[in-house]
Amino acid sequence: MSSRGAASSSGGPQLGTSESSTRISKKPKYSRFTQQELPACKPILTPGWVIATFIAVGIIFIPIGLASLFASQRVVEIVHRYDEECVPPIFSGNQLAYIQSSITNKTCTKNFTVPKRMKGPVYVYYQLDNFYQNHRRYVKSRSDKQLRSKAGELDTSTCKPEATTGNNSPIVPCGLIAWSLFNDTYGFSMKNKVLNVSKKNIAWKSDQEHKFGSDVYPKNFQSGGLIGGAKLNASIPLSEQEDLIVWMRTAALPTFRKLYGKIETDLEANDEITVVIQNNYNTYSFGGRKRLVLSTTSWIGGKNDFLGIAYLTVGGFCMFLAIGFILLYVIKPRPLGDPAFLSWNRNPSGIMN
Amino acid sequence: MTRGRIRSKIRRSNLYTFSCLRPQTTDTEGPNAVQGSRVVHCNQPQLHLKKPLKYCSNFISTTKYNVVTFLPKAIFEQFRRVANLYFLLAAVLSLTPISPFTPVSMIAPLAFVVGLSMAKEALEDSRRFVQDMKVNLRKVSVHKGDGVFGYRPWHKIRVGDVLKVEKDQFFPADLLLLSSSYEDGICYVETMNLDGETNLKVKRCLETTLSLNDDESFKDFLGKIRCEDPNPSLYTFVGNLEYDRQVFPLDPTQILLRDSKLRNTAFVYGVVVFTGHDSKVMQNATKSPSKRSTIEKKMDYIIYILFTLLVLISLISSLGFAVKTKYQVPDWWYLQPKKPDGVFDPTNPSLSGFYHLITALILYGYLIPISLYVSIEVVKVLQATFINQDRHMYDEESGNTAQARTSNLNEELGQVDTILSDKTGTLTCNQMDFLKCSIAGTAYGVHSSEVEVAAVQQMAIQEEDVDLSNFPKRRGGRHVSRDNVERASEIELETVITSSNENDLKPTIKGFSFEDRRLMNGNWSKEPNADVHLLFFRILAICHTAIPEYNEATGSFTYEAESPDEGAFLVAAREFGFEFFRRTQSSVFVRERYTNSGEPVEKEYKILNLLDFTSKRKRMSVIVQDQEGQILLLCKGADSIIFDRLSKNGKVYEETTTKHLNEYGEAGLRTLALAYRKLEESQYATWNNEFQKAKTSIGGDREAMLERISDMMERELILVGATAVEDKLQKGVPQCIDKLAQAGLKIWVLTGDKMETAINIGFACSLLRQGMKQICITTTNSDALVKDGKEGAKENILNQITNATQMIKLEKDPHAAFALIIDGKTLGYVLDDNMKHQFLGLAVDCASVICCRVSPKQKAEVTRLVKEGTGKTTLAIGDGANDVGMIQEADIGVGISGVEGMQAVMASDFSIAQFRFLERLLVVHGHWCYKRIAQMVCYFFYKNIAFGLTLFYFEAFAAFSGQSIYDDWYMLLFNVILTSLPVISLGVFEQDVSSEVCLQFPALYQQGPKNLFFDWYRILGWMGNGLYSSLVIFFLNIVIFYDQAFRVGGETADMEAVGTTMFTCIIWAVNCQIALTMSHFTWIQHLLVWGSIVTWYLFLFLYGMMSPLISGNAYQILVEVLGPAPIYWAATLLVTITCNLPYLAHISFQRCFNPMDHHIIQEIKYYKKDIEDRHMWTRERSKARQETKIGFTARVEAKIRQLRGRLQKKHSSNLSAS
Repeated sequence: MSSRGAASSSGGPQLGTSESSTRISKKPKYSRFTQQELPACKPILTPGWVIATFIAVGIIFIPIGLASLFASQRVVEIVHRYDEECVPPIFSGNQLAYIQSSITNKTCTKNFTVPKRMKGPVYVYYQLDNFYQNHRRYVKSRSDKQLRSKAGELDTSTCKPEATTGNNSPIVPCGLIAWSLFNDTYGFSMKNKVLNVSKKNIAWKSDQEHKFGSDVYPKNFQSGGLIGGAKLNASIPLSEQEDLIVWMRTAALPTFRKLYGKIETDLEANDEITVVIQNNYNTYSFGGRKRLVLSTTSWIGGKNDFLGIAYLTVGGFCMFLAIGFILLYVIKPRPLGDPAFLSWNRNPSGIMN
Repeated sequence: MTRGRIRSKIRRSNLYTFSCLRPQTTDTEGPNAVQGSRVVHCNQPQLHLKKPLKYCSNFISTTKYNVVTFLPKAIFEQFRRVANLYFLLAAVLSLTPISPFTPVSMIAPLAFVVGLSMAKEALEDSRRFVQDMKVNLRKVSVHKGDGVFGYRPWHKIRVGDVLKVEKDQFFPADLLLLSSSYEDGICYVETMNLDGETNLKVKRCLETTLSLNDDESFKDFLGKIRCEDPNPSLYTFVGNLEYDRQVFPLDPTQILLRDSKLRNTAFVYGVVVFTGHDSKVMQNATKSPSKRSTIEKKMDYIIYILFTLLVLISLISSLGFAVKTKYQVPDWWYLQPKKPDGVFDPTNPSLSGFYHLITALILYGYLIPISLYVSIEVVKVLQATFINQDRHMYDEESGNTAQARTSNLNEELGQVDTILSDKTGTLTCNQMDFLKCSIAGTAYGVHSSEVEVAAVQQMAIQEEDVDLSNFPKRRGGRHVSRDNVERASEIELETVITSSNENDLKPTIKGFSFEDRRLMNGNWSKEPNADVHLLFFRILAICHTAIPEYNEATGSFTYEAESPDEGAFLVAAREFGFEFFRRTQSSVFVRERYTNSGEPVEKEYKILNLLDFTSKRKRMSVIVQDQEGQILLLCKGADSIIFDRLSKNGKVYEETTTKHLNEYGEAGLRTLALAYRKLEESQYATWNNEFQKAKTSIGGDREAMLERISDMMERELILVGATAVEDKLQKGVPQCIDKLAQAGLKIWVLTGDKMETAINIGFACSLLRQGMKQICITTTNSDALVKDGKEGAKENILNQITNATQMIKLEKDPHAAFALIIDGKTLGYVLDDNMKHQFLGLAVDCASVICCRVSPKQKAEVTRLVKEGTGKTTLAIGDGANDVGMIQEADIGVGISGVEGMQAVMASDFSIAQFRFLERLLVVHGHWCYKRIAQMVCYFFYKNIAFGLTLFYFEAFAAFSGQSIYDDWYMLLFNVILTSLPVISLGVFEQDVSSEVCLQFPALYQQGPKNLFFDWYRILGWMGNGLYSSLVIFFLNIVIFYDQAFRVGGETADMEAVGTTMFTCIIWAVNCQIALTMSHFTWIQHLLVWGSIVTWYLFLFLYGMMSPLISGNAYQILVEVLGPAPIYWAATLLVTITCNLPYLAHISFQRCFNPMDHHIIQEIKYYKKDIEDRHMWTRERSKARQETKIGFTARVEAKIRQLRGRLQKKHSSNLSAS
């Protein structure tokens, strides 16, 4: 800061001689901007506006809510938990040993009925519980460069602890995510006829085309001492390995579904469907549940009553607020701009005279 | 030149009796015992080039940094802010694997924020540098050897240089005066810049150096000064001069201080003793404290709260992490827990937990808005430019605009409670105008003082108002009588016209605005008592110490007087036909013109004695002998003093004159009484003998003796009349004070002036009025007190204070107003004791407080007392260096950038050209800035809480692993771009009401001092709103995107999709929130608020277009993943509306049933009711003010009450009579 003796006053003689021309130039130029006089709209919250806003929100929200609730109701969803059932009773006390053993029979056949007509395509999902795909250690453990092109094969620095094999040759695809790839398989049949499950186009197009290289082939994958999840066919480029691509999109929550495939045919109500599950994936060690889900979709996606309910609630609440305000105005109206409400008129102590 | 030289060679010291007596040579004691070790070789500056004698150069620098120190110092300054330090640590840690973010997302915003603040520092410092350089490069004439003088810039001056300083120049360093253009080596110095005193001080050189009075004589001049070391005491100096193998003692009268100005003296020679930072003025320099506004201080608390919250949730996270890592993670084979790395080790959960704590502290750092400081800084700089650019605060005369010199106090302007004002140069222009006079009991002068004019104007408006409010019911409610409105506007028009006329007629003669046909053009000779008139004019023309100077350009004389009133008297005398044109050693020559047509007669008055003015005597006399041999004593002085000394037959006009004097006083004029006494020659001779004896006597009591003898002579006076001089108030001061008072501000006047002058100005500004009870607290000058010493005086003062407090308590009349007047000496006792709280208590109860004769230090102390005692915001305003202390001490210092020195301005936080601009500065800019900053800060916390907490919630779903659901880039942009511009537009452009309304409704200002917009209720409300929004945003999105497909194509949402949707919701919610907060939308707000939302989509689109190596999972997210999904848009709409619903409901409810003043005014304006119902509008305007007892309006009201009271009395007495 300037100090007291500071700069011995540039006043005095200098100022006295300043010319009138410089003075004129010192006057701030007029512009509406600098004078803070820009034209402005000054909306005020009149009761009319408030009520109209609430009603408008209500009027918009309630139909949206109804529409999405309706859409959600139309979705048919079959959820089938199989992790417990698919362990043979003799292993029920030691599920971990069962799943980790390489000699036990992991095949498991289940039947279920279609409750309502399911219009194709019917989507097949696997759902995992208590699986933290969003753990930071897990999310970070991948190499986009390596996935994208052959040139980035050696780029495994971000993939710890699943970066290289014992002799330092890179694992492709490296990282924990790829390593823990889900490896249960489902085979569907109906009336002894195999139901075809298409595994094409279950991943995002952009992922296939731009993130997973067509010249990148799995290498050294699952060849280390510890086998994580699924193995990959080393002759198919990553861009074609859609299961991997779907899996690599880490889920936001510890409970998640991932697309397994699509059944393109319609399923009629009361159809009996048989699923042959290869129960390979170890969720038993961390108590994760596995579910098989068949679902149709609507414009809001899968079964999602919450959205509709939320819309209806908020819309209803707005209508309620609107009514409340109307009542309040009726009971206790305040004319707008009534000077009687100015503070100096309300508490007369502030007034002179 | 030669003529002027001869003229100026008068021995000025003969003129003085008291202040300028040359001590007899026999008086000189031995050389002073000099404490310091400083040696100055006069005229041998080359000796001061080497070490022991090398003193600092005359280069001054007030900058904080230089080129080398800027970076380290400025960076250090920046990281003294806790928040910045935190972000620096976070940025450093972001280079390690602990960080949840990429390094660039941590470092970039920090660099941006710090860089911007540093750039601002650099800019401010460079301005200071330019200012310094301007001073350093001023030129002064220096002795270059062989009797040749040449110009050299100030900063090249060295100790020992002989300088020649010319009239009206500043002294570049502390000098020892060697000689001056006056034969007896005296000179006049204006020390305005040092102590703020406007009267000139006389300095006198040593007898022995008198002969060194031309350039040649310095050829062989050599001398050696031994003196004290540099010190800040302005009024002491100890040293010796060795010259001609003799040693002479030096004292402060020979020292010319840097930054004072040479006046009324053609030139002086001096030798440099102290240079640059050694000079007294620079030694006095105090680093001005860096000030922070109340809001900013409170903001720190909020930051602490948020820090606590941050640490708390970080602890929760790390605890959660440690527990998860210990008990669950070992089973999570997919994480390969058996291959731990540094920060993740299930076998050592406590260490992992500790690392995680750091991660969490960084992750949740979004709670602490990094951009808050920088946004506030940007906003304040922009606000400051608006203040600087305001054309309503531009002064045409001086060409100065208002300047916000430190921009970090803008909002403090809106919270001021007490204004402490200097008088001279601030309230007044320090220009005296001869306005009225009373001669022989007749009052002359038709011009009314500015105060009266303003009062009349106000009265007219008020009357109208009273009229209306008296009969509203008879006229039937809302119906407005048209003729009334017309009448009001007519009156306004009339006053406007008259005042504009007056402007045109403004006297071209400076110092003279007298108008009265009876006296002008020699008409006075036709008045009765013409002889008294003659005497009156002669007293004006003779009784003074001024020197005339012929101005060749105008052909008339100008006068160099010690005080401006004396100048005004001489100008007045000249206009009346008594032109003082020459002064010699012993005579005054006056050209007297008795009638308009008559030729002027040159008259010589021999000055026999001059008994000059001192503040103690409060009078001045000359004893003259005219050409007829008649000896007269002419005297002018304070009325109380003169009236005490009148002879029996001299009291003829006393009564009428007293009446006039009271009127003048009430009108805010400065008055003096004039008197004379005829002396017999013998009578004079005896007195003079005694006087001369006293004058030549030796010893300490010489002055007392002289005073006593003078006093003997100044008796038996005959009153002639009185003068009234207007100490011209600056333009618009009374109106401004009135408005400020109505805005609820208290105004204290702190002045170095005499009590009488201060009271006069108090009246002039309507700070005082007739009927106000004045409480004067003084130390009585009785000898008894001296005996008791300090204790007695203190007790006495305490008594006075308690009595006064008691009196105020017992006062029943609600309209009674009290004024406290205290002088500096008393203040000295009051301030250094526990008495000060009682004093403050009393002062707060008084409507106005005037402190007179206060020293600069006391000004600062009073300011501190008010600031700390009341805990309210204080504003100090002043123009001189004597105000620097209080300007620095107050919460806000405002400097008047007049023509005087710049010290006050340099020390101030804001500078304005005229006092009247203070109104706009506070009521408009202060009000706006306060609201803007308050709303902005609240909103900032809201938005960062709303955003930051979602990160925390997500942790609970991500095993507290430190993963954020958002892309790093989103977070980086959140604070820097996506939400900062709307907030800046709120902080810069928001206006609750227009500037006109602010001025019309000063009561609105009280929203600031009452802190309605930044109280804890509001802050916590906003924080609660943030908490609510974060919950809504997070959980609605999580549930909507829970596990099922979110598109018709059956795809499920991954983390990126959920994060992006959530982020979209945040952007919408906070931007809609700010739109709800604003009440003033120009295209800029629209652009920035809605533009931010558009920018977000634009960014998302472009980010998605970039190579997936950069965008990662966000690759093509808008186009491919979210855009086509209706649920994305539905979720955005739902969340946005839900977030804003409670706030909307809240403000609607508040507005409807508990509206604030600005709400109502907005509505009135919105429905143009102010145009439809003008009557209501003016009525509300007149009511919209705080209860105040000062200012015109209060004055007028008091008058009206008084009249009403009288009417009532009359009425009742009439009734009883009948």
